[in-house]
Amino acid sequence: MTARLRVNPIACDAHGLCAGLLPELITLDEWGYPIISEEPVPPELLRHARRAVAACPVLALALTSADD
Amino acid sequence: MSTAATLPVTMPAGLPRLLAGWYDTGRPAGLRDHLRRYGPVPLRGRSRRGMPMLAATVEQAGLAGHGGAWFPAAVKMRSAAAGRGPAVVVANGSESEPASEKDRLLLHVAPHLVLDGAVLAAEAIGADQIFVCVHDDGHLPRWVAAAAEQRQAAGLDPVPAEIAAVPQRYVASEETALVQWLSGGPPLPTFTPPRPYERGVGGRRTLVHNVETLAHLALLARYGPGWFRGVGTAEAPGSALITFGVPTAAHSGVYEVALGTPVGYLFDLAGAPPGSVQALLTGGYGGAWIPVRTDLPLTPGGLRSAGGSLGAGVVIGLPAAACGLAETARVLAWLAGQGAGQCGPCVYGLPAIADDFALLAAGKHDPGILARLRSRLGTVTGRGACHHPDGAVRLAASALSVFASDVGYHLRHGPCRGTRHPPVLPLPGAAPRRNR
Repeated sequence: MTARLRVNPIACDAHGLCAGLLPELITLDEWGYPIISEEPVPPELLRHARRAVAACPVLALALTSADD
Repeated sequence: MSTAATLPVTMPAGLPRLLAGWYDTGRPAGLRDHLRRYGPVPLRGRSRRGMPMLAATVEQAGLAGHGGAWFPAAVKMRSAAAGRGPAVVVANGSESEPASEKDRLLLHVAPHLVLDGAVLAAEAIGADQIFVCVHDDGHLPRWVAAAAEQRQAAGLDPVPAEIAAVPQRYVASEETALVQWLSGGPPLPTFTPPRPYERGVGGRRTLVHNVETLAHLALLARYGPGWFRGVGTAEAPGSALITFGVPTAAHSGVYEVALGTPVGYLFDLAGAPPGSVQALLTGGYGGAWIPVRTDLPLTPGGLRSAGGSLGAGVVIGLPAAACGLAETARVLAWLAGQGAGQCGPCVYGLPAIADDFALLAAGKHDPGILARLRSRLGTVTGRGACHHPDGAVRLAASALSVFASDVGYHLRHGPCRGTRHPPVLPLPGAAPRRNR
């Protein structure tokens, strides 16, 4: 199963913690909102991706299976 | 009142289809006119068998969504039919695109075609409720409600239709926004999934179709897929309502043409010389500018191949004397204020892009402006819950490409003479410059 990161842009409040925890796949735009890589999360980054998801204060970030 | 079931219904040939009654009589079709012309709606009974049959007919016909996405109608219908529990049909005629007038015209001149289609769709997916969402112009909600009441009084429809006047906001006509609003929430888009066919109005599975799509459905259910494909192309069969506007034309307005008709035919119909315009805005304000090409076929793929978009059937010609950058700047400023205010990239990105564009249109000397604008255009797309920011970005990017020589002129010499031309593209609140 491949996993991808997806942000709910309505819930996202630009806290930016995700980009700090997973700079390999998440950067911030000039207003502080995350730009998420559309590539599948590589296995070696899965643990970091889960940590980024858990760190979001508004639960806007999710790890989804590829078919979603 | 008896229905016209015993009257022979002949298959209408050629065009127009949806506007045939309007062209013949010059007045909106009441229920009696409608039944005389088309006969009763061909309901197939409430058996589960009727469902795949209608979806199969729609699939053979190749009917696609005329709200702008041109998504196969049969796929949507099957998705909504596949779920369990009660279901809802939403006929979307809210038409918040300021450049489009076709849904309003259709609901005014042929409301019963739309209601027929909604009833057929409801039967096909097993829905027991229909909402017809219309633009609140002070007339349409009452007009369509009166048509629905006439049908109820005549006992025509197994499923009642309720008319809903949608608040005026660009994103309010997006399908998840309609669903949230009809469920008692604000008229703003929601994050998907769940999609409306999974969990829609009041949690029920919901099929949302544009009103023109439903009107085509009403005809193809009567006359069959072979008839439906009698006009149009193999990839884009049938006809479409196109809002065509050129300020220099004698007759701007809504035309029904076969899909695949060359763009030049619209100029002929409207009595406008193609040479009087410098570019075409296609698809509406979330669409794209393209250079004038009269041979281009009016199909979703045809316009896409030229960098444009058929969208909800909007084609507007920009007069040679106007400035495409100034026009785009006006529309971008309006679009920036029309978002739902929910997603950061749209809340901050669109005003920033609109401001950059305003500077460009005004010919303000700012050497970094193009690089900044291009970078912003590159980061906003695809990051909203709905496609509102994507549309605004597409419009802005197409303007930079189609009006590239104007961009160079503005940056070097300041605003061109066209910026003094009166506004061309209609925006709510501003008087549109149309000869009608």
